[in-house]
Amino acid sequence: MIVAERKPLEEIIGFIKDYKKILLVGCNECVTVCYAGGKKEVAILASALKMAFLKEEKELEVKEVTLERQCDQEYLEEIRSIVDQYEAIVSMACGVGVQFMAEKYQTMPVYPALNTLFMGGAEEMGVWAERCQGCGQCVLGQTAGICPITRCAKRLLNGPCGGSTKGHCEINKDVPCAWQLIIDRLKALGKLDDYDNLMPIKDWSAERSGGPRKIVREDLRQ
Amino acid sequence: MNPKTPSKLEQILASGQLAVTSECGPPRGSNGDAIKKKAEIIKNHVDAINITDNQTSVTRLCSLAAVIRLKLMGLEPILQMVTRDRNRIALQSDILGAASFDIHNILCLSGDHQQFGDNPKAQNVFDIDSMQLIQMVRLMRDEKKFLGGDDLERAPEMFVGAACNPFADPFEIRARRLAKKVAAGVEFIQTQCIYNLDKFELWMKQVRDMGIHEKVYILAGVTPLKSAGMAKYMKNRVPGMDVPDEVVKRMSGVSKDDQPEEGIKICVESIQRLKEIEGIRGFHIMAIEWEERVPEIVEKAGLFPRPAVASEPFSL
Ligand code: SF4
Repeated sequence: MIVAERKPLEEIIGFIKDYKKILLVGCNECVTVCYAGGKKEVAILASALKMAFLKEEKELEVKEVTLERQCDQEYLEEIRSIVDQYEAIVSMACGVGVQFMAEKYQTMPVYPALNTLFMGGAEEMGVWAERCQGCGQCVLGQTAGICPITRCAKRLLNGPCGGSTKGHCEINKDVPCAWQLIIDRLKALGKLDDYDNLMPIKDWSAERSGGPRKIVREDLRQ
Repeated sequence: MNPKTPSKLEQILASGQLAVTSECGPPRGSNGDAIKKKAEIIKNHVDAINITDNQTSVTRLCSLAAVIRLKLMGLEPILQMVTRDRNRIALQSDILGAASFDIHNILCLSGDHQQFGDNPKAQNVFDIDSMQLIQMVRLMRDEKKFLGGDDLERAPEMFVGAACNPFADPFEIRARRLAKKVAAGVEFIQTQCIYNLDKFELWMKQVRDMGIHEKVYILAGVTPLKSAGMAKYMKNRVPGMDVPDEVVKRMSGVSKDDQPEEGIKICVESIQRLKEIEGIRGFHIMAIEWEERVPEIVEKAGLFPRPAVASEPFSL
């Protein structure tokens, strides 16, 4: 899933300080699962904003809505009938949802309430960690199912570097060394010999470097 | 092994003599004379001089400009290049730039993470890694090709080196990792500073068992300790550095004033012991901001005088 966390309240207030009526829109997908922008977080942010306005002796009307998905045209349509009653939208979706919202409602100011961080999962309750950077040409088949592009701070395809110490990365003792993990798992799989293969220079054009990416599936197009 | 390039370092290694290299860090400013001064101190006692490339990610005068200064002094520079800051376009371009000044040695590194330096908020590049940089230089040199497949004119004639840290984890793959660098085309290795000689010997045994020492020249890295404080710092704070307790104890066991001498002594003793290891073809003396002590280390270790091989003359 996409993992995000809420921006500091002051930053969000900075976006909306001149408005009186806002539409605060949550998303029922990833950001609900990572407790950043679901129904509950929408309610918490709504009251925090209202309180902050009250302290300044200002009033703020907040309409709380949580859509099934903000990265989906169909669900975004659900608020069309009420959008006009508000001066701005604050979206609690990931960066994708915020942009789809802005594209849908061309004349409405749309502000992000979250910082979108990464594609990852919950390692345990309350702990989320990154696993994939969407490089467009997955190498997990050669790296024992552990992504060096994401989990090595230098994204080395032929690691580990000389800074790997007792299982952790040179940048921080709390970061596991991706290549230690890869080697441990190759060993467990009885495939340590795979380590001897040189990984070729990567084609980054399928990654962010190649420009905004898009998939067109003619079989699904209408 | 027959030399494949005009590199003086390669000639010396190929002749079977122990090579001695050292390094200079460029200044944090544009004073090119600083590099000259450091080089003057060590030039008669070493065969080639590494110029570090923004080491520990601290911004400095670039290694390319600094090696050109050494070249113009008639010395033999080793251009260090990290893949942290430049993509494959910039790397190839800088390699050609260096080759246009007949720089004949390159050390291919990935580089420390930028969080250690003065710009922890920087992007890092890592378009390729150190092994792939080795492959790229070999492609440019041997096939006379750019990475993109086009032919290049006047190929770089560079003796290709890399670093190697036998003390990083996981230890069990460290010799295999060197074998990978050899497969990528590396020709000489400068190791991380060696303080734990027992562990280093163990690693060299693995290297010999795999026959790698026959395929690559290994220069053992040493760094004289200036103080007990430095020993502790290296032990506890520098990732991938292995300073045994005995070494820290030995440094702490003498008065502060005597610590520099003790550091030099340990360094010379290490070299003596390393000389006995089969497969060690030379020494890389990294005297960090302590160039003035390099000549005496070389002399005391019995590595002086240096072989009389002249660097290829170069003038503008
Ligand atoms: S190799 Fe690429 S696609 Fe696969 S997990 Fe890593 S970043 Fe994601």
